[in-house]
Amino acid sequence: MSCSRRTLLKNTVKGAIVASLPISAFRLLSPAELKAAIGDEKVRWGFVVDTTKCVGCGFCVKACKKENEIPYDAPITRTWVERYVVTRDEKVHADSPMGARDGFTSARIDEETMESGGEHTAEIEPAEIAKAFFVPKLCNQCEKPACVQVCPVGATYQTADGVVLIDRTWCIGCGYCVMACPYGVRFFHPKYKVADKCNFCYHRISKGLKTACVQACPFGARQIGNLRDPDDPVTQTIMNERVSVLKDEYGTKPQVFYLGLDYTVK
Amino acid sequence: MKNHVLRPLWVAIAFVALILLARYVMVPRDFGVQGDSFTFNFHRAGNVDEWKNMPAVAYLGGETCVECHDEQGAALEDSPHVIIQCENCHGPGRDHPETENPATMTIDRSRGLCLRCHADLGYENSSRADLPGINPEEHNIDTQCVQCHNPHTAEFKEDA
Ligand code: HEC
Ligand code: HEC
Ligand code: HEC
Ligand code: HEC
Repeated sequence: MSCSRRTLLKNTVKGAIVASLPISAFRLLSPAELKAAIGDEKVRWGFVVDTTKCVGCGFCVKACKKENEIPYDAPITRTWVERYVVTRDEKVHADSPMGARDGFTSARIDEETMESGGEHTAEIEPAEIAKAFFVPKLCNQCEKPACVQVCPVGATYQTADGVVLIDRTWCIGCGYCVMACPYGVRFFHPKYKVADKCNFCYHRISKGLKTACVQACPFGARQIGNLRDPDDPVTQTIMNERVSVLKDEYGTKPQVFYLGLDYTVK
Repeated sequence: MKNHVLRPLWVAIAFVALILLARYVMVPRDFGVQGDSFTFNFHRAGNVDEWKNMPAVAYLGGETCVECHDEQGAALEDSPHVIIQCENCHGPGRDHPETENPATMTIDRSRGLCLRCHADLGYENSSRADLPGINPEEHNIDTQCVQCHNPHTAEFKEDA
């Protein structure tokens, strides 16, 4: 067999082109697949937290734990409230005792209760306080969820309406997602031995109810709504007011938007 | 070719076939890419409906409660506490309306329940400061708040 330099080069180029054509280029999409691909869903769930309205009563945490059957006395929770106290010398003290399940009933700050660490408890004189506020946290149901990317078995995923769920029968409990979430919302469920986190009360919102935390909040600090509906109050807030998200620099595109978020909040 | 060369080959082929069979049996039929993204939508489709029904709704909402407890409903209606859901103070009402069993509800007379909102923490610029606050270490210590205050109307109890 003989092969000239010319034919070798020609065939190499041809071969490279053919090899780089993905099989999917020849596949015909069904109308349903096409619809899913362009995101023509009627519902996309979004959340607004107004930190200026929160008084730190913690009823949202209590309701969430009971509604979703999270062991009540274990130090795990799907949603929690953080307290920030910034003193006049610009020190930030933050805590979240038991995720604020029982609210904040004392001025003593126990920084050990924060995931981000801190060691001491602080008794701060009211005169030293420059500002103090409460920040409710929950799963951000990111548009680009880092936790889903790292799952090795396809146990966690994003639904068509934008909620990130965990398949309890499929999760192997490896814990990659717990580490990957920049917001620390994932934990191990001691009963099912799988990863667990807030899912916007999927069983409630798909029945037309509000999430347990939204219903429990006496002050309207939490709102859930449909981002595809331009008249929805949540969509209106996001479009017309100055909202921000947590840890924007991670590029996860959170779908939980905050009003009145201070720069000290991490 | 001689048999002793082929025999390990058959074993290897059988092994691969076994793995493929096991995979076929164990992976659910509805497992796969359910949307446009392999990264985010690769899962068992049936799990979405499982979550739609799990767990059972526990918090029924105040409108359900006042159907039977119109007295408390009326008491709350004209009080500043109207914004607080019954179940925040009494726990989730799941099963209670069907069974009408008072034991399924909790009555929390602890000071802690009221202090969630009424403990004065001295945070002038937070909305906690907008609520009437008391110092828990000074205001009638060691006595339940509901000895003197009606939790529903937020007024003084007549007999207190
Ligand atoms: C179908 C009617 C009905 C509905 C709906 C209902 N209850 Fe009751 N509830 C009863 C009856 C009957 C009793 C027992 C009689 C009593 O003690 O007054 C009771 C008792 C109670 C008690 C007193 C328990 C005790 O130890 O004395 C509380 C608290 C209570 N209900 C709260 C609620 C809340 C909160 C809701 C809403 C989630 C609710 N109920 C909905 C019928 C109802
Ligand atoms: C701020 C917390 C709070 C809220 C909100 C609240 N309750 Fe109560 N409720 C209490 C407490 C505390 C008692 C015990 C009162 C006592 O011992 O005097 C009680 C007592 C009761 C009782 C027992 C009978 C009585 O009146 O003492 C019933 C029934 C009841 N509540 C129903 C309701 C219903 C229905 C709602 C919602 C419409 C509601 N409660 C909202 C705190 C609350
Ligand atoms: C979710 C937060 C919350 C909880 C929990 C709560 N309250 Fe209140 N309370 C309020 C609000 C809000 C007001 C009205 C403030 C206003 O007038 O602007 C109020 C008002 C009051 C007042 C009237 C104060 C005044 O100046 O007239 C009393 C008394 C009171 N609450 C007692 C209680 C007692 C007792 C409990 C526990 C059973 C309780 N509260 C639990 C939020 C709460
Ligand atoms: C022994 C009866 C008694 C007990 C127990 C009691 N209080 Fe009071 N409370 C009063 C009286 C009297 C006043 C009005 C005078 C005052 O401001 O001290 C009052 C006032 C208040 C006010 C209104 C303060 C304001 O600035 O308008 C709130 C809020 C309040 N109490 C909450 C509570 C809470 C929460 C508890 C439980 C931790 C509690 N009280 C326990 C008798 C009581």
